Amino acid sequence: MTAPTQISHTQAESDLLARFDTAKGDLSGSTAVSDLRVAAAEQIKTKGLPHRRVEEYKYTDLRAYMKSAAPLAPKASAAEAKALADAENAYGELERFRIVVANGTYLAEVSDLEALAAEGVTVTDFAAALDQDTAADLLATPPSAGTDGVLALNTAFVQGGVVITVKEGADVSRPVELVHVSTAEGAIVTRNRINVAKGAKLKMLESFAGTTGTGETNVVFDYKIADNAEFATTRLVVGATEGARLLTTLATIGADAIFKILGFMAGPAFARNQQFVAFEGENSEAKLYGVSMARDRCLADQTLIIDHAVPHCNSREYFKTVLDDEARGVYQGRINVAQHAQKSDGEMMTQALLLSEGPEMANKPELEIFADDVLCAHGATSGQIDEDLLFYLRARGIPEAEARTLLVLAFLSEAIEEFEEEYVTDFLEQRVRDWLAGK
Amino acid sequence: MLEIKNLHARIAEDGTEILRGVDLKVNAGEVHAIMGPNGSGKSTLSYILAGKSDYEVTEGEIIFHGENLLELEPDERAAAGVFLAFQYPIEIPGVATMEFLKTAMNAQRKAKGQAQLSIPDFMKLVKEKSKDLNVSMDMLKRPLNVGFSGGEKKRAEILQMSLLEPSLCVLDETDSGLDIDALRIVSEGVNKLRSPERAMVVITHYQRLLDHIIPDVVHVLSKGRIVKTGGKELALELEKNGYADYIEAA
Repeated sequence: MTAPTQISHTQAESDLLARFDTAKGDLSGSTAVSDLRVAAAEQIKTKGLPHRRVEEYKYTDLRAYMKSAAPLAPKASAAEAKALADAENAYGELERFRIVVANGTYLAEVSDLEALAAEGVTVTDFAAALDQDTAADLLATPPSAGTDGVLALNTAFVQGGVVITVKEGADVSRPVELVHVSTAEGAIVTRNRINVAKGAKLKMLESFAGTTGTGETNVVFDYKIADNAEFATTRLVVGATEGARLLTTLATIGADAIFKILGFMAGPAFARNQQFVAFEGENSEAKLYGVSMARDRCLADQTLIIDHAVPHCNSREYFKTVLDDEARGVYQGRINVAQHAQKSDGEMMTQALLLSEGPEMANKPELEIFADDVLCAHGATSGQIDEDLLFYLRARGIPEAEARTLLVLAFLSEAIEEFEEEYVTDFLEQRVRDWLAGK
Repeated sequence: MLEIKNLHARIAEDGTEILRGVDLKVNAGEVHAIMGPNGSGKSTLSYILAGKSDYEVTEGEIIFHGENLLELEPDERAAAGVFLAFQYPIEIPGVATMEFLKTAMNAQRKAKGQAQLSIPDFMKLVKEKSKDLNVSMDMLKRPLNVGFSGGEKKRAEILQMSLLEPSLCVLDETDSGLDIDALRIVSEGVNKLRSPERAMVVITHYQRLLDHIIPDVVHVLSKGRIVKTGGKELALELEKNGYADYIEAA
């Protein structure tokens, strides 16, 4: 049996192929990188956008969602980008260092480079790095991601991004915000490499500001966490954007290291947060948390694969979804335990709270275990607000809307509070309140 | 203060009739005990006063401070002064007890047009009232009622009651699950709240609680109706003879 070499393209696919023809001369990269881009574009040409017949996209049909593909966003002015990042100010008064990527391009002039350098953090342009001879390594994808369509789109079109490197033993004193700003309509496609060297400690805050119109946002965060390093990041994806938000985590974790991430999504019409995390050293810990909130006809997808490729590692995956109206939530999570990865400890839980009769939740937790001495568990629940709890709160004088908010926050607390990064707890709870209030 | 007239009610889901014409008048300053066998409708009456939507009133009315109580939402009833101490206080994981207390107090103050409590004033109040009820700071740090023993839950209910200062306290089998010491502490807490402006409806199976909280009036509820009303000696008589006579009478 042979697969058809040519499919009938949707409008969006035709747009993407035309976009590639137009943009390829301007997109940076060594010869090896250009070859990877061409191969990725060829994948789009032969396989199309990922759709429901592809197992990983069964509940998240990108091909059906994207009616067209906008051109890549034009370059932004630094002043405009800074003004927008300041205005949206995703993390409020929180003291932090900031790195700005606008319309797909790193803007050094409005990033806190000197302060970061003093902390042992260097930031360079991903686009420039792509021109180096060794650049193909920057676009490498883990085996668990296979021929993922969103990653292929990223490889074909990646405009830029940043390479952040934290030097050995550095303990960065404030969180580092990486904000992606869109000052004009159009797709933004970036890739960011975050190298946390041995024994270093870094906390990140990821945010998105401005609108891409119908253009997609395709951002890859590629974390390399070395031995004994500690890393935590908060990914805030909020706002009612029309263009698909396609976010990918790639992470490799060395020995005796800690990797934590909370992906918080509330608002976008179509959002997928997909994560491919692999342990490469023993005695490490990965904690992945997720909060998804969606209403109207929006879709929020949290997908992950965690590879226990070596023994003696712990992973925790706690995901919470709140849905209303006709919204759809997706959770697909898989813990892989390799044959020799004895004493692996994995625990995965996905829970959905449906605020009305209309929404749909697809929960798909999976374990794939080849070792025989492991501790792995998974669970999934879907339910509604408990009327008895609601009555108890109201009987104490708390009005219904506030009582519901308290119960939703209580439901989400397992993800938000157990993430144990207290500097973001209040911001995230306020985001939950804002979303519930329809803001 | 409270007047219940010919109250008929049924379970909303299946239509089972529970209350079949309850009449009850409670004046400010009075403590009324409602006793009765299992299934007589005591808890239903307390839930209907608090506004639980599982029950449907088919006939009759409840006038509270001159207002039709049945037209108010549960939170409006609370702000108007109704407090139900639950027979089984509900555990709410993820809601911090202190946060809950502050939200409830400020919601009621807001409804009454009063200023919000400052954090220091709130803390001071909670500490003061907690001490009387032997509620530890450790309990207050936990999520609401989560992991509380039966006695702790009941003490926490009375703590809420003393903080919210309702004009009508409805105690639904507050004695159930309490040992002798806990019963004394809870009763002392309740007695402290007795005042000429406040009324109490104390629902119980047993005389025991009424040794501590001395009622002015005792009613016997049977098969959804009040079949006998008397003074505190009625409770003693029931303790001796049981409810059999009244079940037949109903």
